[in-house]
Amino acid sequence: MELATLFNAMPGNIAQGLLWGIMALGVYLTFKVLNFADLTVDGSFATGGAVAVVLITGGVPAPIALMIAFFAGVVAGFATGILHTVFGIPDILAGILTQIALYSINLNIMSGSANMAVNVLKYNLVVTLREIPHTIIISLISVAVIIGLMYWYLGTAQGSALRATGNNPAMSRAQGININLMKVIALALSNGLVALAGGMVAQYQGFSDINMGRGAIVIGLAAVIIGEVIGNAIFGKKMNFVLRLSFVVVGAVIYYIVIGVVLWLNMPTNDLKLFTAIIVAIFLAIPYLKGQARSSFRKAGKGAR
Amino acid sequence: MLEVSNIKKTFNAGTINEKRALNGVDLKLEDGEFVTVIGGNGAGKSTFLNAMAGVWPVDEGRIVIDGIDVTGLSEYKRAKYLGRVFQDPMTGTAADMEIIENLALADRRGKKRGLGWGVTASEKDRYYELLKELDLGLEDRMTAKVGLLSGGQRQALTLLMATLQKPNVLLLDEHTAALDPKTAAKVLETTDRIIEENHLTTLMVTHNMRDAILHGNRLIMMSEGRIILNIAGEEKKNLTVEDLLHKFEEVSGEEFTNDKAILS
Repeated sequence: MELATLFNAMPGNIAQGLLWGIMALGVYLTFKVLNFADLTVDGSFATGGAVAVVLITGGVPAPIALMIAFFAGVVAGFATGILHTVFGIPDILAGILTQIALYSINLNIMSGSANMAVNVLKYNLVVTLREIPHTIIISLISVAVIIGLMYWYLGTAQGSALRATGNNPAMSRAQGININLMKVIALALSNGLVALAGGMVAQYQGFSDINMGRGAIVIGLAAVIIGEVIGNAIFGKKMNFVLRLSFVVVGAVIYYIVIGVVLWLNMPTNDLKLFTAIIVAIFLAIPYLKGQARSSFRKAGKGAR
Repeated sequence: MLEVSNIKKTFNAGTINEKRALNGVDLKLEDGEFVTVIGGNGAGKSTFLNAMAGVWPVDEGRIVIDGIDVTGLSEYKRAKYLGRVFQDPMTGTAADMEIIENLALADRRGKKRGLGWGVTASEKDRYYELLKELDLGLEDRMTAKVGLLSGGQRQALTLLMATLQKPNVLLLDEHTAALDPKTAAKVLETTDRIIEENHLTTLMVTHNMRDAILHGNRLIMMSEGRIILNIAGEEKKNLTVEDLLHKFEEVSGEEFTNDKAILS
């Protein structure tokens, strides 16, 4: 448990946090903007990884492979959107159905194998854990571009309609907004980002794995919520939209730094998911418990005879 | 012009909860006519407005707005022709969005929502002037979230939103019922002004008989999913609450038992 080991591991954790931050931005789009708990992401993250690795090993340049991974995610999100809007399946269930279907599809993409390697020595990858400073720079640029695009899009007339759909569907319909279309668009874009992140993470770690997306939604939520709590603590009412999006990524980075510390403390890797679930539960509970503390029956009943 | 002919709607048909909510409603509104709609609980007033708005499809009948048959159009498509204000102040606005964003959303009702900016600079100036006319100080809080406004302010804003793009028909569903009397009076005053200025064809549902008599140039009363009374012109101007109660008994053969309507 030497401190030096922890510090040596930090840049890697930051790089991973930034890459997962892209996926968290996708989760933000559905969970926060659309108010839709989308579980497709566990599947679409792995889809992104599978598509990217298969294409790169097949000779496609990595950036183009990532673009195609993005569109694979768009298709996955579209499927969930159709299940929800056209067939009336509740949001969580629609996401789970697509997610489980993607498990088979992802296996097929990787020709039946559960994982597939992509060697940085053989292929020209966008990011890799062998060159962490380079990875950090590339992922920072990617994050900045994505935040810029999201800021722009959500500020357009269509983006405003999307935000209104998440905020008040009844009002949106009365204002002539096709809320079903808006939901499908948001789900498609969100899963596109998630798959893009999956493709980058697969390159970073040097392989794609059928299980690489397991629990991705929880990590995404962790990033969104940790970022929100910390952002509000620092900036309070001055939080604007760009800061809000930036703190989603900050949340992902903090999450991976915490994971790094926990691993350094020799926690068995098997317990990581349990640990993650507990962190997310705590951060989800804090705002609720704070509200309860402010106005609770116990407080009101104080001094009762 | 609004032409409604023989609309029928039954909820939960074929079950023990079957409710014939609209029983053949006919109504014709000329351009600029402002009609108040009264009736007891369950008379079908709100159901009638929801039928116009396309919240669900009607079982029978036709709804024609300015020559366009909208009977088969879904709620969001029909929104192009309609301005709506709801009873619950929370329903008509997006609470987590800014005042100006809400106005811009409403300004694009019935138009394509593309990738141009959500709010343009010239729109900001226009909204500033319109908010100023509301006289609620909202023009200085244009970037405040609507969730911070009071119920009365939200209803006034929703009213402005509903009429930003001149609607072919304005539907007001007891839009002052959730407000305190003073605020309600102010919102009604604003309602009158906006309708007058824009010469809007309007249907206003209300629980309050006095409001129904005082506002608009025609009054209809509903009972059991039908229009049972239609009073316009001079007759409406001279109408009193007592007259109205008397007429109701005459037409329906029963006493008007809705205390809320009598007392308010």
